[in-house]
Amino acid sequence: MTLQHFMNEAISPWMREEGPDSDIVLSSRIRLARNFSDVSYPILADLEKLEDIQSFFKEEYEHQTFQDYEDFAFIPINDLTSTEKRVLVEKHLISPHLAKNSQAAAAMISKNEQVSVMVNEEDHIRIQLYFPGFQLNKALEKAFEFDDWLEEKIDYAFDETRGYLTSCPTNVGTGMRASVMMHLPALTMTKQINRMIPAINQLGLVVRGIYGEGSEALGNIFQISNQITLGKSEEDIIDDLQSVVRQLIEHERKARSRIMEQSSIKLEDRIFRSYGVLKYSRIIESKEAARCLSNVRLGIDFGLIQDVSRNILNELMVLTQPGFLQQYAKKTLSANERDVLRASLIRERLQLEK
Amino acid sequence: MNCQECQERPATLHFTQVINGNKTEVHVCEVCAKTKGYMAYPEEGYSLHNLLSGLFNFESVKKENQQGKTYKQMQELQCPKCDMTFSEFKRIGKFGCAECYETFSSRLDPIFRRVHSGNTKHFGKIPKRKGGDLHTKKQLDSYKAELQSLIETEAFEEAAQVRDKIKALENQKGDSKGG
Repeated sequence: MTLQHFMNEAISPWMREEGPDSDIVLSSRIRLARNFSDVSYPILADLEKLEDIQSFFKEEYEHQTFQDYEDFAFIPINDLTSTEKRVLVEKHLISPHLAKNSQAAAAMISKNEQVSVMVNEEDHIRIQLYFPGFQLNKALEKAFEFDDWLEEKIDYAFDETRGYLTSCPTNVGTGMRASVMMHLPALTMTKQINRMIPAINQLGLVVRGIYGEGSEALGNIFQISNQITLGKSEEDIIDDLQSVVRQLIEHERKARSRIMEQSSIKLEDRIFRSYGVLKYSRIIESKEAARCLSNVRLGIDFGLIQDVSRNILNELMVLTQPGFLQQYAKKTLSANERDVLRASLIRERLQLEK
Repeated sequence: MNCQECQERPATLHFTQVINGNKTEVHVCEVCAKTKGYMAYPEEGYSLHNLLSGLFNFESVKKENQQGKTYKQMQELQCPKCDMTFSEFKRIGKFGCAECYETFSSRLDPIFRRVHSGNTKHFGKIPKRKGGDLHTKKQLDSYKAELQSLIETEAFEEAAQVRDKIKALENQKGDSKGG
């Protein structure tokens, strides 16, 4: 696999499959933090030691295949332009932290982009594994198998009492962060989400908007993940997360059908106005694009819009991020230029659907 | 109120942390806020790491008030492998290496309890290769629990089978130790 392959497409190959409950859950992710037992963590280690780790990954795993995760590409972060780094971050293949602190850092990404391994991030190893829709159990099963595969050649920092030892005390134990990305437009419209977030936080889970700064949820897309990593097994953590996600799905579906019953013409108007904006506008900011994309996706879920694929939300949310736009234009763009290019890319993409 | 970091200047920055329902207050002066990592990235506002390091500091200040000198001694804990000191660990909120866990172990439970809803012990995956012995131990524990409940329900036939499994495992363990 080459870098170019990851740069060209906004949507990762694994996203093309539809998972369970994919009207609401866009994707499930498991992240495992691991470290070598005999090397200091990246914040303190000698550059030489970190470079050894980097070369170890290149030598052992470049072009290797594990199960469905074929032909791992090995990408040293320092070899990337700032735009390329940004694209990988926007596609969630690497973290902003890895892009920023790129000392001896690397990413290993499978051809289908379902697995990515960040090397020398905050921990030596961060495994990320994605599944489309609501499939946390499946994702955990595969993440464990992948983890075992790496462990065949790596001595992990592990302690009987504390579990997997990580650089940050918030990750110790399982080293696992499980998360789901959810599209919750109806709970947002009815403002129910504002009441639900504090309740979910009480359960040791975190709700965040993804894309967009702070707590703002651009495109009504929220990420729900576990906060606690110590004292509970991975399976129990996932059970807790799943039961909350299931409730959110149920509430979102109820809210959708209630809105449809009570104000269907208003809702239809909102959806088709957004569709119109995406189809015909010449200048569009990322916030407006996200709002319209969320509405159009809701229209698709309701069956009001039939000639556009569901993936449009995931795909265009990434495609219209600043990094991706500049990658596409092959140059740095001002905010105004981005808004023009964004509008034109969206129009083009919707044309393709016909 | 004086700054809880330097105990000299008046505290001008006050914030409240709520982690899993536990509320703690942090009071620092502007100088300490900037130099002690509370405002490491002023342009990004308070990150989780800032809040965490504040949390650790709070923990130690409380101890200092209670125990006076002990605090100074704790400051001198230093990891033999990576040279990380306990005070540096509290400031940045990150361990330097796997050994730090051992070095600071006597001071970690309160921190873990705060961050992980009262938990201090791992109950999850064990590495396959590295944790070979641990796997056997875990399996034995679960067999023993099963045996106990079978005896309680007077399912003696099944209990005998489980007892045999335990014996087999224990023999296996003994063999590998002997060899």
